Amino acid sequence: MSDLTNLTLKAAVDGLKAKDFSSAEITQAFLTKIEAANPTLNAYVEVTADKALEMAKASDARLAAGEGGVLEGAPLGIKDLFCTEGVQTTAGSNMLRGFVPPYESTVTANLWRDGAVMLGKLNMDEFAMGSSNETSAFGPVKNPWKSNGSDAELTPGGSSGGSASAVAADLCLAATASDTGGSIRQPAAFTGTVGIKPTYGRASRFGMVAFASSLDQAGPITKTVEDAALLLQSMCSFDVKDSTSLDIPTPDWTQSVGKSVKGLRIGVPREYVVDGMPAEIQALWDQGVAWLKDAGCEIVEISLPHTKYALPTYYIVAPAEASSNLARYDGMRFGHRADEFKSLDDLYATSRAEGFGKEVQRRLTIGAYVLSAGFYDAYYVKALKVRRRIAEDFDNVWGQVDAILTPSTPSAAFALGDKQIDPLTMYLNDVFTVTTNLAGLPGISVPAGMDSGGLPLGLQVIGKALDEATVFQVGAALERAAGFTAKPGKWW
Amino acid sequence: MAIDAATVRKVAHLARIKTPEDRLEPLAQELNGILAWIEQLDQVDVEGVEPMTSNVAQPLRLRDDIVTDGAKRDAVLSNAPKSADGFFVVPKVVE
Repeated sequence: MSDLTNLTLKAAVDGLKAKDFSSAEITQAFLTKIEAANPTLNAYVEVTADKALEMAKASDARLAAGEGGVLEGAPLGIKDLFCTEGVQTTAGSNMLRGFVPPYESTVTANLWRDGAVMLGKLNMDEFAMGSSNETSAFGPVKNPWKSNGSDAELTPGGSSGGSASAVAADLCLAATASDTGGSIRQPAAFTGTVGIKPTYGRASRFGMVAFASSLDQAGPITKTVEDAALLLQSMCSFDVKDSTSLDIPTPDWTQSVGKSVKGLRIGVPREYVVDGMPAEIQALWDQGVAWLKDAGCEIVEISLPHTKYALPTYYIVAPAEASSNLARYDGMRFGHRADEFKSLDDLYATSRAEGFGKEVQRRLTIGAYVLSAGFYDAYYVKALKVRRRIAEDFDNVWGQVDAILTPSTPSAAFALGDKQIDPLTMYLNDVFTVTTNLAGLPGISVPAGMDSGGLPLGLQVIGKALDEATVFQVGAALERAAGFTAKPGKWW
Repeated sequence: MAIDAATVRKVAHLARIKTPEDRLEPLAQELNGILAWIEQLDQVDVEGVEPMTSNVAQPLRLRDDIVTDGAKRDAVLSNAPKSADGFFVVPKVVE
């Protein structure tokens, strides 16, 4: 039998239904592969082999009885930010080392309802704060891709670096991820995979370790656009346990994949040309425009004038919300507690200094500062006002266009350690993705080409709120035109 | 609005993160770099703009004021750093 781990999620689900192979077989194939690859790639922080085989067995029983959900028997990786009942959930932090949730996140519960099998928990930047996976308490994940002629180890991006690396290296059929400023789309772009962040409110945040609640959204990282549609529609649901969950039905997005894009109006925002952007990124973007034009789209030049303010706005809003959300880690009810302390205040401060890594501490400090008396209006309220300006930019163009095309990232994957020195350089990774988080819009990254070193590059499609259908439609058209089938050469 | 070591000490206390004295100055420099970059927001005219606190246009839902969950003492305590007899154990706070 050919290697089952190379299959797309869709092909695997079809193969399982047709009984071409069993869930136990494909699950075991992944476990064997993970065992060999993970010591090098470090994509998984925990492999739940026994649980996976148990779930696979139950899936096989349902499949044998002609039953089973839309993902029945399909082995997936789960970002370690989704609480999984009885399985350690750390969000990449020493603060949560050993934390075993007594409950299940709604997103993962939906996946198990549909028959998916959990292979394990995937590495990530600590509390999803990072763009290179280097802030993880479990060490950085390595990108399966390397630049031609270079042996340098590259970042898979972040914060969902484990998810992206695992999908790219065939260590799962697909993975869950989450996106606060670009944490699904940037790693997808860096690894030649597909990643979508849906409209804010589509996927429940219940049981996701919180970073910035008005921005956090779950989504999948997959091998194809069709897989992304399939997995996202399973992940999304209305949930009374999340006060911002939207009480609306989840469409069948797989129907949008393959539909003609003829007559769609595609916006190209002139402000997404940024200083120092490599010519290769511009060339890829031009290529994307040409592909969509060939497919019958009308290309419209648009202006999103507040784009350049999105990142500074994000670096006020996100740390402020994080500072509030992460106040719960006080060493009392769960999480790390320091052994030695002088007073109650000292216990809080010492537990948090020991439990949180450097980048998390940096952001919590910024958050506390912008929320503190005397600076609240000048920073936080100001940022919320600019945030509305950024959202209005999009509102103003939806009359002229049906979707927007941009690059996913300002560069290809960079070497681990390269951008550690200056936090600002790292933050710039999210320049093209962060606007949709602030505005709550859906955005997909699709692998569309390579840089001169043979590293994957992605294009992003942004849609109107709740219009993932068009995002998938255009994303799939780009995927067809690009015909991106390259895989990283195995070195691990 | 430049941040100095004293401000960092104060903010670190607000954030309840123990910060050694020799880290205050480097942190102040780092934060000043980030805040200087953030200050480009001053270029934006936000006169009369309502702060945007949420992406969700709908008002927050209300539900009936009834108990929907509970009786999970052991589950609640299962991750406590220290517990005994069905209670969290915390250090003595009142001297």
